[in-house]
Amino acid sequence: MSVFADETTRVCVQGITGRDGSFHTRGMIEYGTNVVAGVTPGKGGESLDGVPVFNTMAEAVGETNANATVVFVPARAAASAVLEAAEAGVGLIVCISEGVPTLDAARVLPRIERLGARMIGPNCPGIISPGKTKLGIMPGAIHQRGGVGVVSRSGTLTYEVVDALRRRGLGQSTVIGIGGDPIIGTSFIDALEAFEADPETEAVVLIGEIGGTDEEQAAEFVRANMSKPVVSFIAGRTAPPGKRMGHAGAIIAGGKGTAQEKIDALAAAGVPVADRPSEIPDLVGAALER
Amino acid sequence: MKIHEYQARGILRGHDVPVPEFEVVTDAESARRVAERIGATVVVKAQVHVGGRGKAGGVKLAETPQEAYEHASAILGMEIKGLVVEKVMVARAVDIAEEYYVGIVVDRATKRPVYMVSGAGGVDIEEVARETPEKIRKHPVDPERGLTKEEARELASVVEARPDVLPQIASVIGKLYDAFLASDASLAEINPLVVTPDRAVWAVDAKINIDDNGLFRHEEIAGMRDTSTESEAVRRAREMGLSYVKLDGSVGCVVNGAGLAMTTMDLIKYYGGEPANFLDIGGSSNPDKVTTAIQIITGDPNVKAVLVNIFGGITRCDDVARGLIESIESGAITLPVVVRLTGTNEEVARELLRKHDLVSAETMDDAVQKAVELARRNG
Repeated sequence: MSVFADETTRVCVQGITGRDGSFHTRGMIEYGTNVVAGVTPGKGGESLDGVPVFNTMAEAVGETNANATVVFVPARAAASAVLEAAEAGVGLIVCISEGVPTLDAARVLPRIERLGARMIGPNCPGIISPGKTKLGIMPGAIHQRGGVGVVSRSGTLTYEVVDALRRRGLGQSTVIGIGGDPIIGTSFIDALEAFEADPETEAVVLIGEIGGTDEEQAAEFVRANMSKPVVSFIAGRTAPPGKRMGHAGAIIAGGKGTAQEKIDALAAAGVPVADRPSEIPDLVGAALER
Repeated sequence: MKIHEYQARGILRGHDVPVPEFEVVTDAESARRVAERIGATVVVKAQVHVGGRGKAGGVKLAETPQEAYEHASAILGMEIKGLVVEKVMVARAVDIAEEYYVGIVVDRATKRPVYMVSGAGGVDIEEVARETPEKIRKHPVDPERGLTKEEARELASVVEARPDVLPQIASVIGKLYDAFLASDASLAEINPLVVTPDRAVWAVDAKINIDDNGLFRHEEIAGMRDTSTESEAVRRAREMGLSYVKLDGSVGCVVNGAGLAMTTMDLIKYYGGEPANFLDIGGSSNPDKVTTAIQIITGDPNVKAVLVNIFGGITRCDDVARGLIESIESGAITLPVVVRLTGTNEEVARELLRKHDLVSAETMDDAVQKAVELARRNG
């Protein structure tokens, strides 16, 4: 098992003929992802490395039974692409696109949820269930199949942590990048809930950062609902208030959203918080021995 | 992106929110002329991107055009929290009977725009939220349907009961949502929303923050960016698509990815140093971004050592190495440099950098410790 995606997932790529879309489609195929279709309006009938390209999501799903999609379309068109995917009946939508207007995300999310679809992102590296499938842009080779679930608001910081886990012999069930934007489709809690229910996952690493209160809510969820150990790291202890630190959502606003508040909330819920990413494998190892 | 009060007032006026007449000027003589034209008591307000302008002496009432001239002379050129006042707004003053607060923010928890309405207007709303949160009524808006007339009326009734005033407040509440949506705002607030003794309603102060991700569809608002207080380094970073925040320490850092960049700063502090900046070169690997990043960082006289921390995924380590070599060969770096490159094409990068005088490190912890030590020795 793994969460949200596995080797049976039939993947479509929206924006497959673009620079990023084509590059990462090849990376996904190389990893073993079952990429069954691509969509670029106006390029229907073409193909990319044997993957048929369609004009619309409805056609792609109709012809190939794709049940997940990875979105690489430019930010200004991303929300309508995501909605098109949900309306075509796709259940998992991974939105890689960075720079999606916040109100676009707010507008499409309720409709996507009503249609029964899950969105991961936007502004995220995607999701990988090592050895099974990869829907995203992360380097596959640093991952290894195993029992640690990872959920993170970050990209390269997650690679850093995954790499450290693998070096310590700790493989991963699924690694989910939920994205760095203020409004995202899948929250820490959604991921924790899924990891708790997944028989393959034995422990969870939660990687948070400054901004918002998602980590505090996650801490409360862990305290009330998780039987599996959770280990955490929070980035941005030295971030100054009022400044956006790269991610649209990484900002301490009105004195709220500091790293310390999150660390305190997690510690109070019994979640060990690493001071450095390199401590995470030891904390996970210790939690699994208990 | 922040915009000035006068620009926010302009947006509100464009959506038919009642805003007292105003004009923005850059010299005291013009302030006198505007006051003459308005022909009533005016308020002269500093236009700078900080709160607490009133307490700093940047907001003054003027009964006569001569007084407006004097206040404008005093306020223009004044420094408020480190920012020099280059513009003042001259606006018709209104008599205040009641002061309310009406605002909309994008709420991350409910994933919706959320209204905040309070009878405690005219004061710092963040303080109200901290001290007496029960005085603020919050109301999430269905982003598909928008705010209905009934909801607007209901929200207005939180602060106002008088049958002749309530519809005016409800109307402002509805129009504020139009302005919020139409400008891709992340925050829009009127504080205070004033009721005069003769029961007229005016938006007396306005603040609107814009979602940077929405700017591409608002050319006019994008043009409102005030670059006068922006440093050369910040402007260059913005134009090159680098996320850069200047800090006060001595260890400069160049990192790919926002989370990793923050973590690098945190580790510098953990190992006893102080970070000089946050800098994320982003996902794509363009050697020009690296050379610009190096120039920005080494342009800060506090920086005593540079740390390059890259975890290659889409970013290719060899591209970063090429940018670094260009910086070294052009003489842009004379400071000690610690390099940690892991991931895509790291072997190629290592080979490229072998001939150059750089300190290499295998892990992030190792790299940070070396950079902190070099900055200390070089300090």
